[in-house]
Amino acid sequence: MPKLTADHEACQGYGNCITGAPDVYDIDDDGVVVLLKEEIPDSDRARVEEAARSCPVSALGVED
Amino acid sequence: MVATPSDPSTVVVVGSSVAGVRCAQALRGEGFSGRVVLVGEDPELPYDKPPLSKQLLAGTWDVDRVRLLTAEQADDLGVELRLGVAAERLDVAGRAVHLADGSALQYDAVVLATGAAARPSPWTCESGVHVVRTLDDAQALQADLAVDAPVLVVGGGFIGAEAAATARALGREVTIVDPAPVPIGRVVGDDLGRRFTDLHHRHGVGTRFGTGVESISGRAGDLRVRLTDGTELAAGTVVVGIGAVPNDAWLTDSGLLVDDGVTCDAHCRAVDATDVYVVGDLARWYHPGHAEHLRVEHWTNAVDSATVAAHNIAHPSDLREHAPVEYVWSDQYDWKVQIVGRPGRGSRHETVGTFDGEQARGSALFADEGGGLCGAVSVNWPKALVTCRRLLTAGSTFEAALAEVGALAPAGRTA
Repeated sequence: MPKLTADHEACQGYGNCITGAPDVYDIDDDGVVVLLKEEIPDSDRARVEEAARSCPVSALGVED
Repeated sequence: MVATPSDPSTVVVVGSSVAGVRCAQALRGEGFSGRVVLVGEDPELPYDKPPLSKQLLAGTWDVDRVRLLTAEQADDLGVELRLGVAAERLDVAGRAVHLADGSALQYDAVVLATGAAARPSPWTCESGVHVVRTLDDAQALQADLAVDAPVLVVGGGFIGAEAAATARALGREVTIVDPAPVPIGRVVGDDLGRRFTDLHHRHGVGTRFGTGVESISGRAGDLRVRLTDGTELAAGTVVVGIGAVPNDAWLTDSGLLVDDGVTCDAHCRAVDATDVYVVGDLARWYHPGHAEHLRVEHWTNAVDSATVAAHNIAHPSDLREHAPVEYVWSDQYDWKVQIVGRPGRGSRHETVGTFDGEQARGSALFADEGGGLCGAVSVNWPKALVTCRRLLTAGSTFEAALAEVGALAPAGRTA
């Protein structure tokens, strides 16, 4: 299953990922991304990649 | 669009900034297997623009860090790059994009993503007067900011404020001039706008708000700026950040409806030309939620509209509408500013947390006439921004939103 990655140092709390995939991404009180899942089914891949691409600092990845 | 193995369809994307690049990427994400050609006037490999007035200008990020797409990534995606050549004309009936080098690209669908350009400075000098829009612009300004001389910024909007903050961080003496009495008052209201004036002052940047520029003369290192109140300021460098204009002149004779951008339907398709999609700053599209045509110059809108267009090209029988909640951010000094919805349309607002000084961490929620939440401005509080964005999407009332943001602890402390 595709694995999710997040660069917590790069994250600036822009929050676009949460609008795209609120079941996968959240944000903590300090404004840093939280991964709600470590892996996603292949059927979710396109939608989650879309959300990851909406990150202005490219902090998110979907890897095999 | 009909794709057959012997005659695969072609999508030509015109514009190599974030809207065009994300559209090309999203086409593959949506399963489009035909030919994708990305045309860009800028000879540079695609790069991202928000850092140009911030990290790249400050020198903390290099060019590699702002790349949107490398040649290798384009190759992996099967995206043909045609960079350094402008699109000159669109032949809608003949389904062809004519390029400045005399060649033409036939398409089955075309995506127009030529964006917007910095509104040119009405004051021209031999040197020393800058706009900030392209990588070349940012690098030229960066070189001049390296000289220890006063900087004058014309325009108190996002670009002007970010350039001022960056120049100040580099140690320059900075003054911002804007004919509006309150910066970004149209966007966030005068009450909150005054907090932005305070922000500049707290960081030692002078402001001449309510004053225009009459003339600029001289050259880099020795510029004289005459203001409408008769005063004259000396500057080594001038930055002009007075907005942007859509790059739509090349479409004037296309037959498309061009009116400060290209007019589109809710599916990002040009009016009367359903194989022509328009995304990003260039699109004046019909927002079904607001029931009006809008042109929005925000990064997130560029990405979201590009994604909608890619989906609609790949899945024409399952058309999506582009109906986003507006969202823009700006990083100024020690403030991370995030604006969602349409606070400028609000009739009243209330603040949770604080916008005061170095402890600023707050969110101002705006109510429309009907008591609905219509927008929010957050400073140094991404959690509040994300909450308001979700509540705006859900159509929350102002009171319910105020209660929910108020319950987010702990407001008022530094991040």
